[in-house]
Amino acid sequence: MANPGKIGVPMMNLVRLKGVPILQQLHLEERLLRTSSHNWCIINDGTNQPTIVMGVSGKPAELLEIESVLCDQIPVMRRFTGGGTVLVDPGTIFVTFICNKDAVAGIQPYPQPIMSWSGALYNKVFQGIGDFHLRENDYVFGDRKFGGNAQSITKNRWIHHTSFLWDYEVRNMDYLKLPARVPEYRLARGHLEFICRMKDYLSRSEFINRTIEAAKTHFSLRSTDLEAIETTANTKFCPSTRLLTMQELEIAAKFASQSNVSLYQ
Amino acid sequence: MALRMWASSTANALRISCASKAHLSPAFSLSRCFSSVLDGLKYASSHEWVKHEGPVVTIGITDHAQDHLGEVVFVELPEPGGSVSQGGSFGAVESVKATSDVNSPISGEIVEVNSKLVESPGLINKSPYEDGWMIKLKPGNPSELESLMGSKEYTKFCEEEDAAH
Repeated sequence: MANPGKIGVPMMNLVRLKGVPILQQLHLEERLLRTSSHNWCIINDGTNQPTIVMGVSGKPAELLEIESVLCDQIPVMRRFTGGGTVLVDPGTIFVTFICNKDAVAGIQPYPQPIMSWSGALYNKVFQGIGDFHLRENDYVFGDRKFGGNAQSITKNRWIHHTSFLWDYEVRNMDYLKLPARVPEYRLARGHLEFICRMKDYLSRSEFINRTIEAAKTHFSLRSTDLEAIETTANTKFCPSTRLLTMQELEIAAKFASQSNVSLYQ
Repeated sequence: MALRMWASSTANALRISCASKAHLSPAFSLSRCFSSVLDGLKYASSHEWVKHEGPVVTIGITDHAQDHLGEVVFVELPEPGGSVSQGGSFGAVESVKATSDVNSPISGEIVEVNSKLVESPGLINKSPYEDGWMIKLKPGNPSELESLMGSKEYTKFCEEEDAAH
């Protein structure tokens, strides 16, 4: 996989994972963003169990059908990046880029330039496959979303990570409310009319291979594994990404039902 | 590029005064393409501003920064009483799909935070130099202010940064 020795092209470490729990993945990403000086591409081919992941400012009462979440014991976490709420599971493929701000020539470390850069990279990935676009801040085939993005930008580095719906369980969408902030192109569609599956277009391995090839046009990739990273880890770093406690979710459920009562009074 | 240089030199020449704060003057903006930069403030290369009034300084992010970030939907602020070092992060703003660190131009003790930003994070977009202020510090080392840019230098810095990308 490594592409050694391209002069003038920045190095990037490639980490390929499969079925790693999303909390572990996010902790790794946050730690690499904050404590590493290298560039990283992390690909996690599915996570081990259905989990709800909110953005940094996510409020469960507003975003989730909490009674169902509590009843079915779905873990809920708040991640360190911005953006919306996703339900991830073994059918989700994650691709993350963590870069020094000078690693990609010509892009300023702000949300829109980084998003445009990623859109151009994935244009290469999906060339000849479906009607792929970056639409507002989502990856779509036509007008249906299959990839959601989020970022965190520090003084000298940034992370852009994407969760791709290679497949999903229809029933899992019932845990998510319609968010207050939606892209314009959504046009009041419910979850199932708004999203689509990447599996209808290409296989998991083909997507991952194409993504790696597209990354190689920007970086000189060097494969490394999780064990190598974790043995040199900065153990003092404390990530902000965390699971919400049962108590927090129960308080949110109470708040949500009180809001519903006041709506109908 | 020629229009940008002309606009910049015109902006510096005109220096229209801001009625509400006599000692702060906005550089003239011909259009919303050019972010406003106020005289009398100091600026960091990470696009935060500092206003020094007596024993306390006020800090926020610049018009250039808020314009590039987009609509701010959430602000993370520290608790008063904590300390921050020069260049260190004291909080973050969320805009679009991103969280972006906000860094302190100088070191000091945090004495006040703008609690209005909890309910109204958009103040950072509407009024980055006034109602959108973020924290107030008691400076730990006032000489650090000398390492920051003045308005002319910061204006040039932003133009060069935008031109390079």
